[in-house]
Amino acid sequence: MTALLDIRGLKAEIDGRQILNGLDLAVNKGEIHAIMGPNGAGKSTLSYVLSGKPGYEITGGEVFFNGEDLLAMDPDERAAKGLFLAFQYPLEIPGVATLTFLRTALNAQRKKRGEEELSSPDVLKRVRELAKQLSIDPEMLKRPLNVGFSGGEKKRNETLQMALLEPKLCVLDETDSGLDIDALRIVADGVNRLRAADRGMIVITHYQRLLDYIVPDVVHVLAAGRIVKTGGKDLALELEATGYAQYQSEAA
Amino acid sequence: MNAEVRSVKTAAEIGFADLFAAARESLPGGDKIEAVRRDAFDRFAAQGLPHSRTEAWRYTDLRRLLRDAKPLAPRSDAAARSVAREAGAVFAGLGLRRLLIVDGAFAPELSDLAGLEPGVVVRATVEALGADEMVLPLDMAGGDPVAALNTALAADGVMITVAPGVVVERPIHLVFVTTGGTPAATFTRSRLELGSGAVLTLVETHEGPDQSDYQVNVALQVDVGDRARLDHVKITGEGAAALHISTLEASTGAGASYRDFGFTIGGAVVRNQLFVKLAGEGAIADVYQGSLLAGRQHADTTLVVDHVAAGSQSREVFKAVVDDEARAVFQGRITVQPGAQQTDARMMARALLLSDEAVANCKPELEIFADDVQCGHGTTTGALDDQLKFYLMARGIPEKEAEALLIQAFVGEVIDAVARDDLREALTQVMLNWLKERD
Ligand SMILES: Nc1ncnc2c1ncn2[C@@H]1O[C@H](COP(=O)(O)OP(=O)(O)O)[C@@H](O)[C@H]1O
Ligand SMILES: [Mg+2]
Repeated sequence: MTALLDIRGLKAEIDGRQILNGLDLAVNKGEIHAIMGPNGAGKSTLSYVLSGKPGYEITGGEVFFNGEDLLAMDPDERAAKGLFLAFQYPLEIPGVATLTFLRTALNAQRKKRGEEELSSPDVLKRVRELAKQLSIDPEMLKRPLNVGFSGGEKKRNETLQMALLEPKLCVLDETDSGLDIDALRIVADGVNRLRAADRGMIVITHYQRLLDYIVPDVVHVLAAGRIVKTGGKDLALELEATGYAQYQSEAA
Repeated sequence: MNAEVRSVKTAAEIGFADLFAAARESLPGGDKIEAVRRDAFDRFAAQGLPHSRTEAWRYTDLRRLLRDAKPLAPRSDAAARSVAREAGAVFAGLGLRRLLIVDGAFAPELSDLAGLEPGVVVRATVEALGADEMVLPLDMAGGDPVAALNTALAADGVMITVAPGVVVERPIHLVFVTTGGTPAATFTRSRLELGSGAVLTLVETHEGPDQSDYQVNVALQVDVGDRARLDHVKITGEGAAALHISTLEASTGAGASYRDFGFTIGGAVVRNQLFVKLAGEGAIADVYQGSLLAGRQHADTTLVVDHVAAGSQSREVFKAVVDDEARAVFQGRITVQPGAQQTDARMMARALLLSDEAVANCKPELEIFADDVQCGHGTTTGALDDQLKFYLMARGIPEKEAEALLIQAFVGEVIDAVARDDLREALTQVMLNWLKERD
């Protein structure tokens, strides 16, 4: 079986600084992988390199997404093929209404996949339903994207986008940061609803807390740009107790 | 003002002198008007064409940009005039009252003059001049050389008055068209007077053929009476090689509201100069201007807002999207006179540069002679935000579409200032068409 995502020996630099140092990771359909690691380990970098953010230079390795060369694709193409990154810091876009953005994104992806575009009322209906599940005030959909949203609202909005776009692979970067316990539960429930046999997930987090709600199948430790340890969900609890110090020295 | 003594005249300056000498006899108006014209021409001749050392024109060197004076446009023939019927299509279907000004002459036979609202009077400027009415002298723009040229040579235009208290539901659309043929120059003068408490929306479009390097010099004087309200929308959509110089003078009475929206999309060289005087207590003026420029376009928006009376408020917002090797210029000056306490004035200029060769020159200024005021200004110039673009692309939106969305958001702020939904939608369509032509 081809893995949904297959990363082999990935090396990447930004501004001449090597951040990813030969990273290997395979995620199959239906699996949830957690990636944990100290600050500055390269977790966000990995998520950006996967989604095609400009500015990174790939200096080695390969990435296959459903058997296709992911690194050769533009960011919008990756999204249309089913890759979704929930940003650690979602951006504010003044002047672009949230709903307009959602409709444009959904229909751009459908168009690229050769599917029929959805009418505005159809999109609205879907968005409303998802907003309700995620306790998002429908009034917020009229507001410019993320502008003036609280940290929790931004994260819920990311989750809404993910649910609407129905990706094949979800990459969640520190989705728990800045969330209080209630918001965390709402977001985690939203993510858990998306668990499916044909969908994979990578949950990046610094703390074990999120993994109480989104229970992973596999846990990896990322340090100094590489996966340095892989285990079951117990590994997360272990890390919570011991901290990352051993991996930091190991990587250095 | 120091009348600069110059020994060398440019070809264009000599051309204008010849034009004026030849046309003087035949221009409409009696002796009194001729004296006004002559005086205005002398003022132009003393200064010559403005150039980079002329303070109010420092980024638009007309001596360099205007090479020759075109002959005055002849009265257009029937075929040309029938082309004009299609003009102003941007607002087609909105049921606006269309008044056509073809090659500088008001064309009543092509205009929609049926069923004018009681209290609304529309006349040709040539008629007012023929009756020796003193419609030509300018106030705030009086010292400007190209406005002086307009006073000297204006032959026609439209004069509109709205009686006190009359609320005109149907917007008036001044459709300015230059038809094909030999490149020519037109000088028009128009005027709008709103009586106290009157309400009107005035729309202007300016267009012409792309192949011709014609020249347009238009001036509009607006008097908004006490508690009257005018919404003014102007689209400068001239042909690709045209020169367009526009002078607007607006004066507002007590409690009056003047809302101006300008969109510059066409023309090779464009100067929109607006002089707004908040003359009555508690008057409001909003001036929102957008420029969408590409190729080698040069568009200058120069704004002078004069707060004369107490308790007046003004907002000035300028947004330019500049692609290729185009240049956007914004100069804005807010003056608060000693008597204008409690003035609230804010000006913002933003330019979005879409290419490395695109240029924006922004120069906002405040001159404050009163102590109890709230005034501020700011400018920003920059490229599209790569981070925002990536965020949109990461959601599946292709690059060009992501850029268009961001540009639309940027320009949207000025379009949103237009009160009427139908006009706002039409203006949004103008912007979308511009964006479509980009890719
Ligand atoms: N633009 C950049 N230029 C240089 N170094 C960078 C840049 N962006 C991030 N880094 C560095 O890359 C390393 C990894 O960052 P990041 O991937 O954000 O870590 P994590 O998400 O694991 O905390 C950090 O040391 C960070 O300082
Ligand atoms: Mg991070």
